[in-house]
Amino acid sequence: MTDPIVDVKDLCRTFGQTEALQNVTLTVRPGQVYGLVGENGAGKTTLLKHLLGLLKPTSGTVQVFGMDPVANPAQVLSQIGFLSEDRDLPMWMRIDQVLHYYGGFFASWDSEYAQELLSTFDLKAEQRLKALSRGQLARVGLLVAVAHRPKLLLLDEPSSGLDPVVRQDILSAIIRTVADDGRTVVFSSHLLDEIQRVCDHVTMIHGGRVLLSGPLDEILEQHSRMTIRLSKPSKSTPSIPGAIRCEGSGREWTVLCNGASTEPYRWVEASGAEILDTGMPSLDEIFVARIRQAGVPAGEGQS
Amino acid sequence: MQIRISQEDGTPIYQQVMHQVRLLVSTGRLEPGEQLPAVRRLARQLLINPNTVARAYRELESGGVVKSRPGAGVFVAEGSSPLSRKEKNRLVNERIDALLIEADQLNFDTETVLTMVKQRSNQFGKGTKK
Repeated sequence: MTDPIVDVKDLCRTFGQTEALQNVTLTVRPGQVYGLVGENGAGKTTLLKHLLGLLKPTSGTVQVFGMDPVANPAQVLSQIGFLSEDRDLPMWMRIDQVLHYYGGFFASWDSEYAQELLSTFDLKAEQRLKALSRGQLARVGLLVAVAHRPKLLLLDEPSSGLDPVVRQDILSAIIRTVADDGRTVVFSSHLLDEIQRVCDHVTMIHGGRVLLSGPLDEILEQHSRMTIRLSKPSKSTPSIPGAIRCEGSGREWTVLCNGASTEPYRWVEASGAEILDTGMPSLDEIFVARIRQAGVPAGEGQS
Repeated sequence: MQIRISQEDGTPIYQQVMHQVRLLVSTGRLEPGEQLPAVRRLARQLLINPNTVARAYRELESGGVVKSRPGAGVFVAEGSSPLSRKEKNRLVNERIDALLIEADQLNFDTETVLTMVKQRSNQFGKGTKK
């Protein structure tokens, strides 16, 4: 197998008393689109900051392109494109100045590509950043993140608070990055439909720990949903073995379960209930069910 | 090639692509020998991961629906699909089960459903197809 682009092993990070990341392990391989999902404050941004070498692990190791990003910032950062949630762009500049400024940092800056994106995004070189809308700023941030054709594109909540048109630009930039010579993307989002659309691998973080991780298709195929009708109404949630989450009232309940397990089905049969409907839950439903099952994380706070 | 990705349920996207290509082929919207869009192109059109498109094409190829010619692209396979009898049965049975469940919920008995299936089939003009 090819060498991983990102290799995180047993990463722990504490801020004072808060355990922001606990034993996080993940491997991102070339050409993957890797999604990080989790609630606000779950530790996604903290994890990304470790990949950028902006934070030092309390324990554990972080390797990007086979190097420690804290020890080799120049080599690592020159090959990464990063779009942060609070895109820290020099607001006093004009767009052409921004391009010139960032172009100076990267040996691999592709001016032609930058110009092409500028017109795709309908931006004008002489516009000042402070006069731009939120969506236009996001596009500038995106342009700056991809124009040096980075080997690894890191996006931290790229779509949050943006309209559908800009979100589409961001998704198509992600697709383009992987489609053109198999570069790699890691992005965090709480918009699960985006993750479901473009990612091939998903890691769910909750309270600084990895709750679930694997190929997206496997995660989807390993969960199933059924709606059942009990033989008589139940006031409390029926406790069904193997169920991750059970919701409903009276006689009708919807159960999210591990698709591989036959336990819930045997329970249904034994209890005289009837299966009304079965289906495959979306990533969103799986996420909510898993988070509720996991309960309130021990190390609250920190993003 | 018209494909719609739905995210209402958790059906993996590669399966959605496979299913819809199969549908387009079986309804004749895609003809034998016709070229499918390149992986990257379809990925960008649908805004999905190119690896997903590649997987769908790969599985369609092993199912005999399409054939890839190195350097040229992916094409709808000529002739009948070489799916095994068992595989064909499985695919159709899956659909029948879904239909029967739905019909049962709506209080149609099996006889009525059979009649309705025949009627629809005649409308397709394929009632006599072996």
